[in-house]
Amino acid sequence: MQPVTEQPQLLEIRGLTKGFPGVQALDHVDFTLHAGEIHGLLGENGAGKSTLIKVLTGVLRRDAGIIRLEGHEVTARDTADALSLGIGTVYQEVNLLPNLSAAENLFIGRQPHRFGLVRTGEMRRRAVELLSGYGLDIDVANPLSSYSVAIQQIVAIARAVDLSAKVLILDEPTASLDAQEVETLFEILRRLKSRGIGIVFVTHFLDQVYAVCDRITVLRNGRLVGSRPIAELPRIELVSMMLGRELAAEALHRNQRPAVVGEPLVAFRNYGKSRLIEPFDLALRPGEVVGLAGLLGSGRTETAKLVFGIERADSGQAFVDGKPVRLATPRDAARLRFGFTPEDRKTEGIVAELSVRENIVLALQAQRGWLHKIPRAKQDEIASRFIKLLDIRTPDAEKPIGLLSGGNQQKALLARWLATEPRFLILDEPTRGIDVGAHAEIIRLIERLCEEGLALLVISSELEEIASYSDRVVVLRDRRHVRELSGDEVSADTIMTTIASHS
Amino acid sequence: MIRRHLPVLITLAVFIVGYLICLAQFPSFASTRVVGNLLTDNAFLGIVAVGMTFVILSGGIDLSVGSVIAFTGVFLAVAIERYGVNPYLAFVFILGLAALFGAGMGFLIHAFQIPAFIVTLAGMFLARGLCFVLTTDSIPINAPAYGQIADIAFALPGGGRLTFIAIVMLMTFAAGIVLAHFTRFGANVYALGGNRTSAELMGVPVGKTTIRIYMLSSLLAALAGIVFSFYTSAGYSLAATGVELDTIAAVVIGGTLLTGGYGTIIGTLVGVLIQGLIQTYITFEGTLSSWWTKIAIGALLFAFIVLQRGLSAASVRSRST
Repeated sequence: MQPVTEQPQLLEIRGLTKGFPGVQALDHVDFTLHAGEIHGLLGENGAGKSTLIKVLTGVLRRDAGIIRLEGHEVTARDTADALSLGIGTVYQEVNLLPNLSAAENLFIGRQPHRFGLVRTGEMRRRAVELLSGYGLDIDVANPLSSYSVAIQQIVAIARAVDLSAKVLILDEPTASLDAQEVETLFEILRRLKSRGIGIVFVTHFLDQVYAVCDRITVLRNGRLVGSRPIAELPRIELVSMMLGRELAAEALHRNQRPAVVGEPLVAFRNYGKSRLIEPFDLALRPGEVVGLAGLLGSGRTETAKLVFGIERADSGQAFVDGKPVRLATPRDAARLRFGFTPEDRKTEGIVAELSVRENIVLALQAQRGWLHKIPRAKQDEIASRFIKLLDIRTPDAEKPIGLLSGGNQQKALLARWLATEPRFLILDEPTRGIDVGAHAEIIRLIERLCEEGLALLVISSELEEIASYSDRVVVLRDRRHVRELSGDEVSADTIMTTIASHS
Repeated sequence: MIRRHLPVLITLAVFIVGYLICLAQFPSFASTRVVGNLLTDNAFLGIVAVGMTFVILSGGIDLSVGSVIAFTGVFLAVAIERYGVNPYLAFVFILGLAALFGAGMGFLIHAFQIPAFIVTLAGMFLARGLCFVLTTDSIPINAPAYGQIADIAFALPGGGRLTFIAIVMLMTFAAGIVLAHFTRFGANVYALGGNRTSAELMGVPVGKTTIRIYMLSSLLAALAGIVFSFYTSAGYSLAATGVELDTIAAVVIGGTLLTGGYGTIIGTLVGVLIQGLIQTYITFEGTLSSWWTKIAIGALLFAFIVLQRGLSAASVRSRST
């Protein structure tokens, strides 16, 4: 491999700091990009990757720190300014204009013109020429929306590079591409690299990191964990950098419960959806907790959405009590007495303006249909029962739920589904963003629920946590269920080595 | 290629079919007199519709144009008849004033991120209210310049006349086509309608473009007001009420997507002519109330909006497979 470090420093970030109310998004982060280098920027949710990119491209202002481009200190005022400095960005959701032609997208704002009129023919000729350099032969007069995401992405890259980009930032460009398209993209990246462009590549896919990156930088909770050449970095070390956990020798305290036996309550056979998650088998018995572990983007949430009918499976069959069932919509799932608390409480879960009581009875009411309103007395009874049961800290049931703390909102959400007396409950990141005390309470609650015969599917990024309460853990990687751990195998170490292992 | 121009082609087909129906019933529809009148009668609507097309293409709306037309008429009548201002000077002044008015609305929309609907609704009330401040009467305009300008016309073979105001409208459309399809400003307008955020990220001057769009719309509304004053030879505060809605209808029937980003200026011309055609048919028919125009427009508008939905759904489907 080329000793890339001998290349001149292209972009140098020192002590970059950025805070938002209540959270330090970036805390004295250093980052160095050399010319002709593909540099992977890695980290879990909330690590600070997007904040770093936003500060770099002028979307956000930094609180402190220095950004040097080719030795000169720079501050981008906005994206257009960043672009003119030579920092181009391509996002996962292609930020181009679907209604304009490919040619116009490439040249908007700098169309060749004469006497104030755009020379459309000349512009199209130059667009064809430019795209042919990327091995793309399309009708540039067609609107961009008529092309696949992969082509749109190449157009976006071509545009950014043509706008004199010295630094090209790719924010999860491969998230919606198939394997063939990813390979094409990588070919383009290698070509750009040989032209001396420095590329920052944000992704969650470890295989892709090893396939294309020269160097990686890992962020966690807004801090720099480390920056290393990829050639001498074992996978397991990379994963432990990302998840923030040394390979510890000490045995985990694990809540040993007798193995759950009996017939599965719910089972999914060969269940999957193309482009979302590969077909998987999954079965849960009453009183069993199954954890889903994997890096961000590995298919955990996708599994949950499929299992709850939010996404419709295109292969396989779901079974309840051994009988095949229809599971195409969340309504079907609710009818089968499934429950789901989503990852993003704020946008997908709570209705902030409604009271705690109204939030708790929401799912039950929906199940009964709007014509059969739950009598107010009954509502009060349900609300007060769960407030007491789950120890939801609120002065009274009529307080708007948005005013409660994160942990209490989470408990109210749980109550919403528990009120429907589910048999199978899916919890996506139940402990995210809540304080340590509430954390422990939620975990105790999970354990108590399965003692009552509930089957639980829990997604969590906290390996220790997931290992402590799960009977079995399914490990996911690159949208695939790669291994199911059970019994003594269930430990944070095994989960981590499984995530890191080659496919 | 064909798919891209499908909405315009459908509009054109509707116009041709409509025209043939009229022709079958009233052979005189073939005469240049009827055609000339069609253009003259709808000149002011056409001019204001060009500006509205730009606004809607950018994803906005301008409800103030009807009031601006009325204000222009009242202003001209008061200035020329009461104060003896030179008509040409008055034209220049009102065009400048309208441009400022539009730029102000554009500035508010951009700077405070207020929906165009609200800002131009306020503009609509403001301009209409100012009419009544100037006068509550209908003031006839008798200035000699008016008579002279109104008399300018090209004789068409067959006894028809291509009047000055029809020529102004056709020239406005020609200029609009060039502006929309062959300038950077035009591309920026489409960009704004396609995706405002993306446009901003790609370095499109969003603020400047927004201000210019509303400036153009108000400017053309004032021009339409001048043309309307030639047409009626008067200024009246209650004139042109609801014209903004006729204009929006013409633009949408012309194949422009109400959510912005897709559409053409030439389509708007056909949209205006379809409205004119229906009006003319009802005049010829003689027994129908003129409200039937509105009913026909309503039905057409509805059909076109459903059609657009269908087309965009179809294009999404064809891409995902």
